[in-house]
Amino acid sequence: MDMFALAIGIILGGCAIGAGLAMIAGIGPGIGEGNAVAKACEAIGRQPECKGDVTSTMITGCIIAETTGLYGLVVAILLIFVAPGQFVDILKTTLGK
Amino acid sequence: MNTQSRRFKVVDHLLLAGAILPFLAVMVLKVLTAPPTEGIEISGALIFFTIPLPMGGLPITEAQTNSAAVILSILFLCLYLTHGLTAKGGLKRQLVAEWIVEKCDGMVRTNMGEYFMGFAPFIAGILGLSALSSLSSLLGLFPPTSDMNIVAGWAILVFALITYYKFKAGPVHYLKSFAEPVPFLLPMNLISEVATPVSMAFRHYGNILSGSIISVLLAAAFAGLSNLLLGWLPGVLGEFPFLRIGVPAVLSLYFDIFSGALQAFIFATLTMMYVSGGFPQALFEARKAKRAAKKKAKQVNAAQAE
Repeated sequence: MDMFALAIGIILGGCAIGAGLAMIAGIGPGIGEGNAVAKACEAIGRQPECKGDVTSTMITGCIIAETTGLYGLVVAILLIFVAPGQFVDILKTTLGK
Repeated sequence: MNTQSRRFKVVDHLLLAGAILPFLAVMVLKVLTAPPTEGIEISGALIFFTIPLPMGGLPITEAQTNSAAVILSILFLCLYLTHGLTAKGGLKRQLVAEWIVEKCDGMVRTNMGEYFMGFAPFIAGILGLSALSSLSSLLGLFPPTSDMNIVAGWAILVFALITYYKFKAGPVHYLKSFAEPVPFLLPMNLISEVATPVSMAFRHYGNILSGSIISVLLAAAFAGLSNLLLGWLPGVLGEFPFLRIGVPAVLSLYFDIFSGALQAFIFATLTMMYVSGGFPQALFEARKAKRAAKKKAKQVNAAQAE
């Protein structure tokens, strides 16, 4: 039983660490969207009459840039809320408990 | 319109009730069936019951009932807004309805072009459904958009539309478009084709779900904080989480209202972009012209044979 508890502990810890590592994916979109918004601000400052066009184009670009970060987010959410239960179930069936 | 007939008013009230009652119904359903929980808990949609099918059970979840309620509510809202339309424009709600239609038409015209004007009602439908689904969390309901299955259904519908419009220039062109610009990029193109609906579904669901998770975590954190700061008060006052009143509402302004509306807009924008972007306009027109010429030649031949 001690080893079983240890195994479950390793599963939970591994899932938590994995979720944390998955959220490193948030760095990329952060930098990318920051750049996009900075350039959009510059463009609006230079040509204030183009504000609507620049803003809508920037939002579309930000959406595309956000995708990779959201993949990381979804993986992290799955690792926290779904994966531990599944792994523990697999452990139980393999051990026959 | 000073002389509104009595019947008109009764129908008006019935339509308004039809827009509000679905939400009340799902709220009552939730209160009646939700198991009692202790403290803060993050869980998926409740499963009300399962319909047994030969391939395995079909669970009817909270997300499905809530999205059905949203659909019903939108239906009655549209009927209410268009009730009593006149060419002169008598009622205030006619202005709202006209504003919505004009905005959606303008959006579709600038983003998709004149050929796709028939898409305007569909885009408006997606916008309204998505926005109202996300905003239903304000009533304490489970927002249907934070369930992957609902959003994945929409994304698959959009994917079918994209593929349909890519097919417009003929199956040969459709298959050839995977081997462009160089044939050895074929696997990459296949992956990016599949990634379109997946990323659309993940984006919408991830944003709404992460917002609600953060809201729940913040509510828990404020409860702990008020316990720490005000725990010395005697009796019930010490146990009552005062910081949970009002403060999370400010954050919910972003996570529930702004984020929900923005995601609806993004989903609609991406739908328009992908559908009109995948449509090979020049080739489609060339093909149409060729077919028309062929048909004409055939008719001329038939006329000559006679």
